[in-house]
Amino acid sequence: MKCQKCDRPATYHITEVASGTPVELHFCEEHAREYLSSGQKLPTDQMTQVTEQVAEHLVKHLVVGKAAEELKRLDEQTCPYCGISFHDFRHQGRLGCPYDYQVFREQLESLILNIHGETQHKGKQPSKGAEAATRRTELIRLRREIKEAVEREEYERASQLRDQIQEIEESA
Amino acid sequence: MLQEGDRVVKLEDLMGRRGEWLRGEGPESDIVMSSRIRLARNLADFPFVRLAGETERRQIAERVEAALKDSPFAPHLMPLRVDELSELDRHFLVERQLISREFAEGQGLRLVFIDHQERYSIMVNEEDHLRMQVMRSGLDLEPAWKLINDLDDHLERHLTFAFDEKFGYLTACPTNVGTGMRVSVMLHLPAVVITRQMDQIFRGLEKLELVVRGLFGEGSQAMGDFYQVSNQVSLGRSEPELIAKVGDVIPRIIEYERKAREFLMNESQENLHDRVSRAFGILKTAQTISSEETMHLLSSVRMGVHLGLISGLDTPTLNELFLLTQPAHVQKLVGTDLDSADRNIERARFLRKRLNG
Repeated sequence: MKCQKCDRPATYHITEVASGTPVELHFCEEHAREYLSSGQKLPTDQMTQVTEQVAEHLVKHLVVGKAAEELKRLDEQTCPYCGISFHDFRHQGRLGCPYDYQVFREQLESLILNIHGETQHKGKQPSKGAEAATRRTELIRLRREIKEAVEREEYERASQLRDQIQEIEESA
Repeated sequence: MLQEGDRVVKLEDLMGRRGEWLRGEGPESDIVMSSRIRLARNLADFPFVRLAGETERRQIAERVEAALKDSPFAPHLMPLRVDELSELDRHFLVERQLISREFAEGQGLRLVFIDHQERYSIMVNEEDHLRMQVMRSGLDLEPAWKLINDLDDHLERHLTFAFDEKFGYLTACPTNVGTGMRVSVMLHLPAVVITRQMDQIFRGLEKLELVVRGLFGEGSQAMGDFYQVSNQVSLGRSEPELIAKVGDVIPRIIEYERKAREFLMNESQENLHDRVSRAFGILKTAQTISSEETMHLLSSVRMGVHLGLISGLDTPTLNELFLLTQPAHVQKLVGTDLDSADRNIERARFLRKRLNG
């Protein structure tokens, strides 16, 4: 696919949602940058700083590589751990908890590819391994559920949850 | 969590010290001011900071505090509750590069651990639960990595960090995911600026996925011809690869600056000598002077000293003057809050005293 402003190949596939009606856009890097910096052509000495802002913009306002009609459905998806919706993430530019990387995995993968040019981590690994971290993240959900159970006076459920929490906490 | 009493005393102690990045020692320290590496980490079992309530923020801080206790790092660390500090104290820490501007201006319970020699600091409840950074004078990335890696290893024995096989260390913003690492080198490039070559350098660095920012001052404005070069991507490359990515390009930028200085000395030494002497003259005699003008003139003087056009000043003293003439530092020197006009008078008074001594 070609950039819609020049003959170079389009490497940035953007779904603009700011106006309410999703519009699909396809740009080369230079025109993506120009588009994301409010359409102003920037002097080259400001270009490098803008590159970082491009990444920020991608996170904040845009969904990359998604067809427009999928977006509404995606936006309504929420994380069962921290409760944020994908729409919330797009508007805040920040995720809510580590589990969001599971819930919004597919969307984040294309976003991460756009930002970093890669999707596979290379480098330091925690000595306890990824599984221990994933298990511990469950505590976010369990603590939330126990609070809700107590509020609803479901004490049997709360006691089960407390055991589960204890088990994870002691395994560390 | 922390004792109210000893905190204030300790913060004041920093004033009389020369922090690590001001030492003016280390490789290439006439052009490279300092090297810095930061790591972003999050506890696996808490929501990211923006969703964490006050109770959770407190629990996160307590966990980190407990993990640092009894560590080899503990004896050197001073904990400060940033949310309880005055605005002046928070800006003072920003000027010393010990905390980020966002952290200073944030909301809710925030804690920072500062090494007494200002070699490293650990921010708790910044955008991520943990933002740790190590600073070194000059171009000295390897020891910085060693220290921050040790610190991270130690913390990891006591804490479980959010981590994913594919995406690496998980962060609140996907721009920091993977290694969670940002490698930055601060350079003083006055001759490159005078010879208008900054554009060319910016373009070259961009192709290498590196970011350039102005140092000091708000946003990206480059005050005093200081520029910070750092990696843009944090995922898909190992920590040593990211360090090499930044580290390998720095000697080339240094070469640009040295060539530009040589060119100025060969082509117009009188003009250059005049420029730096006038800058020195103003700094020694001004009765009122803004922070911007001070930075601008000190930049000329710093280059003049390194080219042998000005004598009697050394790099550490010059580096220190850049810091001590910043707005919060001027107020700390006087010991009271001042408005901008009074700051300019006190700044000029301080400079006259230090440079005519």
